[in-house]
Amino acid sequence: MQNPNLPDDSYQRLRRSLEKKASEDISEKIVAVILFACALVSILTTTGIVVIIFQETWGFFQEVSLAQFFLDTKWTPLFADRHFGVWPLINGTFLTTAIAMAVAIPLGLSSAIYLSEYAQPKVAAILRPAVELLAGIPTVVYGYFALLFITPLLRNVIPLELFNALSAGLMMGVMITPTVGSISLDAIKAVPRSLREGAYALGITKLEAIFKVVLPAALSGIIASIILGISRAVGETMTVVIAAGQQPRLTINFAESVETMTAYMAQISGGDSPRGSLNFKTLYAVGALLFLITLALNIVSYWVANRFKEKYD
Amino acid sequence: MTITYKPDDYLDSTPEFTDNIEQRETLGKVFEILFLLGLLIGIFILALLLFDIFQDGLARFLSPGFLTENPSRFPDQGGIRPAIISSILLGIVVIVVTVPIGVGAALYLEEYAPRNWWTAIIEINISNLAGVPSIVYGLLGLGVFNYLLGFGPALISGALTLSLLSLPVIIVTSREAIRAVPNSLRYASYGLGITKWRTIRSHVIPYAVPGILTGVIISISRAIGDAASLIVVGAVGFLTFNPGLFQRFMALPIQIYSYITRPEPGFANAAAATIIALLVLILTLNGVAIYIRQRFTIN
Repeated sequence: MQNPNLPDDSYQRLRRSLEKKASEDISEKIVAVILFACALVSILTTTGIVVIIFQETWGFFQEVSLAQFFLDTKWTPLFADRHFGVWPLINGTFLTTAIAMAVAIPLGLSSAIYLSEYAQPKVAAILRPAVELLAGIPTVVYGYFALLFITPLLRNVIPLELFNALSAGLMMGVMITPTVGSISLDAIKAVPRSLREGAYALGITKLEAIFKVVLPAALSGIIASIILGISRAVGETMTVVIAAGQQPRLTINFAESVETMTAYMAQISGGDSPRGSLNFKTLYAVGALLFLITLALNIVSYWVANRFKEKYD
Repeated sequence: MTITYKPDDYLDSTPEFTDNIEQRETLGKVFEILFLLGLLIGIFILALLLFDIFQDGLARFLSPGFLTENPSRFPDQGGIRPAIISSILLGIVVIVVTVPIGVGAALYLEEYAPRNWWTAIIEINISNLAGVPSIVYGLLGLGVFNYLLGFGPALISGALTLSLLSLPVIIVTSREAIRAVPNSLRYASYGLGITKWRTIRSHVIPYAVPGILTGVIISISRAIGDAASLIVVGAVGFLTFNPGLFQRFMALPIQIYSYITRPEPGFANAAAATIIALLVLILTLNGVAIYIRQRFTIN
């Protein structure tokens, strides 16, 4: 990454030569090594995650075949009749995620559009942090609110189980709104004024300019924000473990209780499965799958943001 | 082939052009209101959430001994002292571990790192780590701190797990703060023959401190609110002593989770009261961050 303060090559060369002279001392070199070691911690963290998770997962697949894991449709590792089909957990995860995104995409995008295109700068300066406060609330608090406020409220209108995918998904959507909103806002703000003004000159209204010019131009950033939001929803634990329950089911009925991958992991961690037991290894097998899914989503989001970025000069 | 058409037919088939401008502007107004509603719904739900929690929990929060006593098996008795002390200890360890490493990594990447593939790997890696779910960090902590280093389900394991979780955010925000330091400051220092590290120490760091501190505090308040990773590492929902670094531990979010999952109705109020304590802690931290940014920003 280039330092944006440097206008051109000659400054780069000046800085390098000054720094070279300034870091000739031996103690200076020691400092550089220490700082490098700090940066290395992030690489070690990743290596640690990969090694530990996949080591235990390897152990899991010595005892349970890939076919049992990916082809069976029942997940009952704690019962006498054991099944290790992971689909009910994936189903629960994506059901709650889908509900969350049905909330987060419209709320996030309309927040971004309003703040960028309509709000006075002074109003936006107050409203933007207010929306972002949503992301700073601990997720266990959203779980409390979903279970004890949203669910009773919804049960007046539609028949729901006490633990259900709908309340958890709705709450997760509110929580993820700032993620979608603030990245989309940056993308929308990056669309140059000249494009909007060109559109107005053709006799287009503000709304038409937003839908036909601004949003298409910001599309890569918006898609990246949505994918990142999905990744957050897939990895979110406390809201779903509290409000969606622990019933691994293959269902798209949002009124029922489901279990997500993360909720299962929390459940098994809270129990007392001894290390080395098959139950303990399921924690890592599910964790590995969760890690791979979120990693893939994060990479795709990063790639979309960079690959399709419009260049305006 | 030539296309022929009768001009009259063409004119007849074309509807008269009207720009419909009033209708389109009305539609625009409708959408403006919809967008505003979309923005306000989130804020409205936040307000509703806070109102609901204060309504459920304020009386319990203000009941005598709630902040200073051990938890009890009865919902209307006892308090959350071990959870508060755990959370504060966790926060302190996270600060002690992540600030030097995070700022060090940021300094390396901004001031020292050559522009090559190795640096690119570190950068991509950090941005990926920021997207790893908290509960996966729990698996890392369980493997490394509980078993490999042998700490077991102790406070230090939880604290180090939260530290790794916070590190990417601190590195990213510190880098931004360091990048915002004007180069003229560095050149002035080099020009006087001062070495690189002393330039960083005496010029770059002081200038970047407000930005760094803001990022540090925001990520600490995230860490204090995190429960998923601590559940995996082995935090407990019930403790009747003040934890030390190498003992079993709680945390405010874990206490909340433990209260919510109990069936007796009074525990919901205890959970809400604990949420108030957690929000007060987090809002205080954020308040400090805002104060620091305003008070110490060098213009």
